[in-house]
Amino acid sequence: MTAVRQLDLAAVAWQRQGILPAYAPELGQEAAQVASALALDLSRDFAFPTYRELGVARAAGVDMVEYMSTHLATWHGGFWDAAATHVAPIQAVVAGSVLHAVGWAHGQTLQARAASAQSSPEASALGVAITYLGDGASSQGDVHEAMNFAGVFRAPVVFFVQNNGWAISVPTERQVAGGSVAARGAGYSIPALQVDGNDAAAVLEATRRAVAHARAGHGPVIVEAMTYRRGPHATSDDPGRYRTLDEERTDGGADPLLRLRERLLGEGIADEAELEAADAAGAAEAEAVREGVLALGPRPGAEMFDLVFTEPTDELLRQKAAWREESEHA
Amino acid sequence: MLSLQGALNLALDELLAEDPKVLILGEDVGTLGGVFRVTSGLAASHGAERVFDTPLAESGILGMSIGLAMAGFRPVPEVQFDGFAYPAMNQIVTQLGRIHYRSRGALRVPVTLRVPSFGGIRAPEHHGESLEAVFAHVPGLKVVSPADPQQGYTLLKAAVRMDDPVIFMEPKSRYWQKGEVVTEGAGSPTHDGASSPSPQDVTGARVAREGRHLTLVAWGAMVARCLQVAELAAEDGIDVEVVDLRWLKPIDTETLARSVAKTRRAVVVHEAPLTAGLGAEVAQRITERCFGTLKAPVERVTGFDVPYPSGDLEDEYIPNIDRILFGIQRVLEYKRG
Ligand SMILES: Cc1ncc(C[n+]2csc(CCOP(=O)(O)OP(=O)(O)O)c2C)c(N)n1
Repeated sequence: MTAVRQLDLAAVAWQRQGILPAYAPELGQEAAQVASALALDLSRDFAFPTYRELGVARAAGVDMVEYMSTHLATWHGGFWDAAATHVAPIQAVVAGSVLHAVGWAHGQTLQARAASAQSSPEASALGVAITYLGDGASSQGDVHEAMNFAGVFRAPVVFFVQNNGWAISVPTERQVAGGSVAARGAGYSIPALQVDGNDAAAVLEATRRAVAHARAGHGPVIVEAMTYRRGPHATSDDPGRYRTLDEERTDGGADPLLRLRERLLGEGIADEAELEAADAAGAAEAEAVREGVLALGPRPGAEMFDLVFTEPTDELLRQKAAWREESEHA
Repeated sequence: MLSLQGALNLALDELLAEDPKVLILGEDVGTLGGVFRVTSGLAASHGAERVFDTPLAESGILGMSIGLAMAGFRPVPEVQFDGFAYPAMNQIVTQLGRIHYRSRGALRVPVTLRVPSFGGIRAPEHHGESLEAVFAHVPGLKVVSPADPQQGYTLLKAAVRMDDPVIFMEPKSRYWQKGEVVTEGAGSPTHDGASSPSPQDVTGARVAREGRHLTLVAWGAMVARCLQVAELAAEDGIDVEVVDLRWLKPIDTETLARSVAKTRRAVVVHEAPLTAGLGAEVAQRITERCFGTLKAPVERVTGFDVPYPSGDLEDEYIPNIDRILFGIQRVLEYKRG
């Protein structure tokens, strides 16, 4: 979590320094992200992130330079291999991939049934999809369709909601009728729970339970992690227009990182020296990521054409040839 | 002899049998077999897990299909009527067309979306629309429309086997028209000219009728109408070639250019509104390739820039035989100004 905190803060600084064109910070959401991702078994589960899931991606083992490439404007979606990491590419349409998680999860049900018909051992444990969404995203029709589909098909999917209190400038009470996203579960016969999103252990425990429930074939679960997005929504945002610094301090609750530290120290799980070493490792990692990001360089333009289809069309090949000829002569 | 509906049903049946990853999903596609019965009997023969009804939500159907494809399946979703693809347009445009690109090729989404398309059945609002330009404009999608039972069988098989997302536009007014269908099981048919059916012939456009004086370009339901027009024109000594475009994306420019190089005149016919329609794209491609040989600008005979009208006005809206004949006349009588 300290690595995520430091990398996240560093990314904001890199944006100010002109290294990244834009960035979506997640200050205050580290526990929700890291702990939920640690509840997954990514050899068989699959995560569908939003644009704000640095902590999820880091905990899921995504290379952080490859992750930052999306904010560097190197490649929409990021640079990592989604098939290998089981972390779907970033996409910018709020709630766009929530339905994909349901479809992917239903695919696991179908595969498991096929396996059980052949009495293969795979049948007993389902791969689980986890889809990340915000309280704002929960207003999208696709989320309602996704929850309904998941309820009807009893798909092994976890809807992991990071309710960080804000959808850009709009607070949850102006965003979510019914007071919470978890409350919606009842209408879809989906068990739902709210958890203190600043408490890493609680998030881990809740997500583990949700994943186990889905894996056992009992259908979808909603986990609503109550967090707080400190600072701006994105580097272009101006939170001073919709809330004060005092409000930020009082509404934000306990810093998830400090809470975890206190707990680790209090329970003797780690000592100061170990935490300092973790901080130092995080700082070194952020520096290495900065160097990696600076070294990335632009993508070859041909990729623009090559990655549209698995079988490119003649028309696209013609356009590529024309582009190559004209750009070489320019 | 099979109807287009029967040919599509047969193709789906064979696809389900050959690949356990093929799934059919949509509204009422299971027990009922779809409102046009294209999936009739498939749930019974392949099981309710492979051919299944979804809740009534088009975005959900497309989004779920995308996720299934990401999990290694080959979904063939159906939207019940063309106008109801609009509620799924976000998933089609921002997701289906982009996931391969976004993921740098790591994820494939071999989804074939079946869309009963175009008008001509006096249906209520949004039960008859021509969305081809909308779909064809979206990067990452391929778009195809069969004109007869043979094309339905052949092209649907090709579309479902492709690893790229395909929008499959079925001309609903032709569902019950019968025709000869050579199936893959029947082996390769003897080739007897350009219009001979072959289930192996899956790419590009097709010359549906040979002619010397003028090329009519059409797709979907308009191909049959253009063939009719060609017969009538022949009575007046006008020898019309009819090109069935088949693939609306990618467009087979070669076949168009070859035909127009011969006839030196072209008319594009479609049901969709004129402005920014696919006819403009076809005309421009012909112009780029055949400018020097064209005897007249490429004409368009299309629907109008109005919402698809109610059944009583449909015949006024959809290009009819007379309007197509007028278009042919304009091209034949064109004088340089
Ligand atoms: C369909 C869509 N509409 C608008 C936007 C612009 N937008 C980006 S993030 C955002 C707020 C999202 O809020 P929430 O889902 O609560 O997530 P958070 O950003 O707070 O983590 C908006 C309006 C978008 N990306 N997609």
